[in-house]
Amino acid sequence: MRKAFANAVLAYCNHNDWFFLTGDLGFMALEEVQSEFGRRFINAGLAEQNMIGVAAGLARESLRVIVYSIAPFCYARPFEQIRNDLCLGNLPVCLVGNGGGYAYGHMGPTHHALEDCAAMNALGVRVLVPAFDDDLPALLAQIEGPTYLRLGYDVRPAGQNVPEYAPWREVMPGNFGAIAALGPIAGVAWQALVDLDIDSRPAVWAVCEFNDAEIPSRFLDQISGRSLYVLEEHVAQGGLGMSLALSLAARGLAAGCFFHRPALGYPTGRFGSQAFHRAQCGLDAPSIRAMVTG
Amino acid sequence: MQSFSETLRLTKIRLLQLHYEANCGHLGGNFSCIDVLMTLYHRVMRPEDRFVLSKGHSAGALYATLWSLGRISEVDLQTFTRDNSLLPGHPSGSGIPGLMFSTGSLGHGPSLAAGLALAARHKGLDHQVYCLCSDGEWQEGSCWEALNFAIHQRLENLVLIIDQNGLQGFGRTVDVISCDDLSPRIVAFGADVQKINGHDPDAITKAIASPANGAPRVLILDTVKGRGLHFEDQLKSHYLPLSEANYIAARSTFEQEGAR
Repeated sequence: MRKAFANAVLAYCNHNDWFFLTGDLGFMALEEVQSEFGRRFINAGLAEQNMIGVAAGLARESLRVIVYSIAPFCYARPFEQIRNDLCLGNLPVCLVGNGGGYAYGHMGPTHHALEDCAAMNALGVRVLVPAFDDDLPALLAQIEGPTYLRLGYDVRPAGQNVPEYAPWREVMPGNFGAIAALGPIAGVAWQALVDLDIDSRPAVWAVCEFNDAEIPSRFLDQISGRSLYVLEEHVAQGGLGMSLALSLAARGLAAGCFFHRPALGYPTGRFGSQAFHRAQCGLDAPSIRAMVTG
Repeated sequence: MQSFSETLRLTKIRLLQLHYEANCGHLGGNFSCIDVLMTLYHRVMRPEDRFVLSKGHSAGALYATLWSLGRISEVDLQTFTRDNSLLPGHPSGSGIPGLMFSTGSLGHGPSLAAGLALAARHKGLDHQVYCLCSDGEWQEGSCWEALNFAIHQRLENLVLIIDQNGLQGFGRTVDVISCDDLSPRIVAFGADVQKINGHDPDAITKAIASPANGAPRVLILDTVKGRGLHFEDQLKSHYLPLSEANYIAARSTFEQEGAR
């Protein structure tokens, strides 16, 4: 998704009132952004607290700022600067965390971002979790206040086109309940179930925002008396499952059955690729298929 | 027209009253920086310049300074640290013109100020950006991140001012972190450092007027915590409010200065 992100930045944000700050990251992805932005592209070095403070100063002077780093270095290291400097002032800064969930796989747990959405949601930061490369332009076009953009990998089934961006999108129809999948996991679920008959598979929804008002009535109809599966490469606390359960409770609704597959951290104490960790959490395609068909 | 020294004296009395009536501590850090705040706002800063109070616990001194300029009303000032106020014990970044950020957690201001300075340069504006820090605050790593950044970016429109009163929350800085003078450390980073008497408005004005040399300037102010109060240069000036007797005594001292 990095390349799609860079292309969207160039297409939509390369204006004189936009700055791009990076925490010394972007090799083989941001070179063109660096070149095109010129002096508005700043490598702020390995100093994330300062980077957020500088972004706040720029934004306070009516400039718009993208701040880029590996996800945990973007939201966790400078947490207080995000809270005090960005959120209290409601400043239009987009924090871009590359490698949401286990995406940095082999790099190890310091580079994983499993609680980022919860942390940012708790501060009132608008959290955006694109599911597909095509989502980036629409998302970058709508940054107003503090925003967290979680990048991962687009893993849609080969040859498939995705519907136009919406916070909730039904990417594959089904008559056997519904899956709400946070960001790129929607692509995994899509892969897992694409060859099942429509009557024996749930609809797959790609959920990219934590906005209760955006939950479609069609989705609510699909889960009424049927199964709801929530998949997210994020811990249960403060994730999509909790958020959705609260939304349903507030509406007086309940799914026939509620299955929740969140990130479980490191249940065996062993580490590996993103695929390894997804499998350990039941978030890989075979596990998802078994969950639905089993 | 009232002289600056008379305005300064009356503002100190108002600051004293402000904290006494609110039963609010942090007097020490307020009285170590009231001279530089008043000098900045009355003698140095232009309307377009920016100011960041990184040592947010000196909010009272900033509010009193803005009051002395008529930018905060007496009515608002009387709400200091009370319910339904625009003036909490550490400043909010909203509601009062000129207060741009919520500060109080130390180590944020230098980066915020660097961002403002960068924005001014990008826009081709002649803004100067002033940021007032405490000395203990430079135990925060983020201050050094900001200093590195500002030097690398050659932000010569940025002036970092450090109120070096030598006392922090639970001890003297020399005892807490083996540092009684930040000057050599900051010089080693490559900034232009001037060390001056932080209670001398003329010295402050002169230091700020010196030209920048392609880098942010750093003013280190030798100050006395709680200057002029009964607990001057004592740790308890960091926290304790004034008793009635100490308030009356301190007020009397400042009032007598005016009678001389």
